[in-house]
Amino acid sequence: MIAVDPTPGSAAVRRGRGRAIGLLVARRFAFGVPLLLVVSLGMFVLAKASPFDPVQRYFGARIIGASAERVSQIRENWGVDAPVLTQYGAWLAHAVTGDFGDSHSLQQPVSQVIGERLGWSVLLLAVAFACALLLGVVLGTAAAWRQGGWLDRAVTGASYVLEAAPVFWLGLGALYVFAVALQWLPGGGLADPGAGLSAGQLVRHLILPATVLAVSQAPWFVLFVRQTLLEALTEDYVLGARSRGLPERRVVVGHALRTALLPFLTLLGARVPELITGALLVETVFSWPGIAKATVDAALNVDFSLLAALTLLATAAVLAGNLLADALYALADPRVALDG
Amino acid sequence: MAELILTAPADPSPRWRPATRSRIGTAAPPRSPRLRLISSALILGVLGVAVLLVPPVVGLDQQVVDLAVANQPPGPGHWFGTDELGRDVLLRCVYGLRVSLAVGLVAALVSTVLGTAVGAIAGATGGWTDRVLMRVLDAVASVPHLLLGIIIVAVLRPSLTAVVISIAATHWLSSARIVRSEVLSLRTRPFIDAAIVGGSSRSRIVARHLLPNVAPQVLLATTLMVPHAIWHETALSFLGLGLPPHLASIGNMLNDAQRSLLIGGWWMSLAPGLVLVITTLAVAGLGGVWRDRLNPRRRSELSW
Repeated sequence: MIAVDPTPGSAAVRRGRGRAIGLLVARRFAFGVPLLLVVSLGMFVLAKASPFDPVQRYFGARIIGASAERVSQIRENWGVDAPVLTQYGAWLAHAVTGDFGDSHSLQQPVSQVIGERLGWSVLLLAVAFACALLLGVVLGTAAAWRQGGWLDRAVTGASYVLEAAPVFWLGLGALYVFAVALQWLPGGGLADPGAGLSAGQLVRHLILPATVLAVSQAPWFVLFVRQTLLEALTEDYVLGARSRGLPERRVVVGHALRTALLPFLTLLGARVPELITGALLVETVFSWPGIAKATVDAALNVDFSLLAALTLLATAAVLAGNLLADALYALADPRVALDG
Repeated sequence: MAELILTAPADPSPRWRPATRSRIGTAAPPRSPRLRLISSALILGVLGVAVLLVPPVVGLDQQVVDLAVANQPPGPGHWFGTDELGRDVLLRCVYGLRVSLAVGLVAALVSTVLGTAVGAIAGATGGWTDRVLMRVLDAVASVPHLLLGIIIVAVLRPSLTAVVISIAATHWLSSARIVRSEVLSLRTRPFIDAAIVGGSSRSRIVARHLLPNVAPQVLLATTLMVPHAIWHETALSFLGLGLPPHLASIGNMLNDAQRSLLIGGWWMSLAPGLVLVITTLAVAGLGGVWRDRLNPRRRSELSW
């Protein structure tokens, strides 16, 4: 595991490292692009397998009175009776140019739906992720430092309970306490009705959903940091630092935590799916106008063009998260072998 | 050197602090496994008795609508209040937990069977089959599981079967990984060589030698899967994409309670969530103790 090169910081090593990371990115793309194709094809096959008929949905009860040729004309225009691969090919040809078709449920082009909503989701996710990370590192370190103390017991116990509690239930609780009973914060949306969208409004409306999402994600970070730090505190270099008489804070934060946080980096990327799952539920509770709300609406209305685009987006986000984490890890720790 | 260290505390400098607590060696688990085992088993026992016995004893009372006692906060007679149709929230929770537990158990079993089949085929066959199956596993793992579950339910339309399929299709990955790695390590053991030399066919080796040896790990994985499955069902039902309204699960109850919450009916959300948290912690506690016994080197935690 120890670096073989006698001068790990030398320019040649860094160049080699850069090339290795470039190869990693290339390999991931070689896996990711076909994967996205397979996922989108899978969506099409599923849509075909569904007993649900978009044309019947479009007509609703009016299909009884509609003339047969109008129905068949729409069937032909929409191409719903063509073979799956033909439909998929047509969709793919448009998708490459950024045109993902129209959303039946929202009566908008899919790209417009995503364009209008993605920013709000990313804002919510980024704020919540940063808060969860901060909570995790601070509380996890504090708990591991005094293992078995009252703080450790309180933090660990609360983490297990919070991990078992569904995020939407926490959301409902926060909604009731802070928006209904105390009326400190607004309970949903981006801005108060009538008030324009301003930074102050946005921050006030962001606090509840972001906090709930952060609190629901934090337990995993807390427990992870606590565990790795506890393991790091038993290592020889910590013993060495202690025996040199370094102050406790320096030993824990400067020596143990620094190395303990390295594997944490790769696992951050692995949390992207959980974050997306959490956001789906939190956005629903707080009527946050992000893409999660659109996903649920699309599913309820079997809006496959929107669902397909959103699934691709989520899959791409997961792959990007994994890649980013692995690349960061490789940059931060020169001992890591890049074989993934 | 040892003497030096032993005499050092006689003159403690302010910057020096002895590392007294057991930081050397592996950290001991904070709570005793026996206590955890007993409390988890007790809670699950009480819940199990309630879920199995209350419905036949009470009959269909939970469906009876009594608007005279609608929207009552917790108090004598109704410890956790009544909902907007005058039904007792705690009683409905028992019925809801019954549905949620049943769905969770069935879905966990189905996903384990699926995962075991995939893992055993991949591990025992190796080569291209293994590679392809593992890539499929990676592909499924890179779609967020609730999103995949939502898509499956959307395709099949919300129903009991759709929810079970949705959970099974998103949760088979972990048991597939476990079974594959176990099979891979078992394959190199002498008793497998002996079976091959003895002329056993590949399917016989899988059925008679490999699967019985992975069974404990698989059963453990199934147990730990149950809370996940219940969570998944609850989330889908909460989004309105799960069980039909007449099958009152915990998720459906929370979905109903959402409306009342905004006009102050907090108690309708409290009890279902608490029941869910307690059930999850109890199952995870039991599974955790079991895991620590089965794999002493792995730490116990709720990992999701």
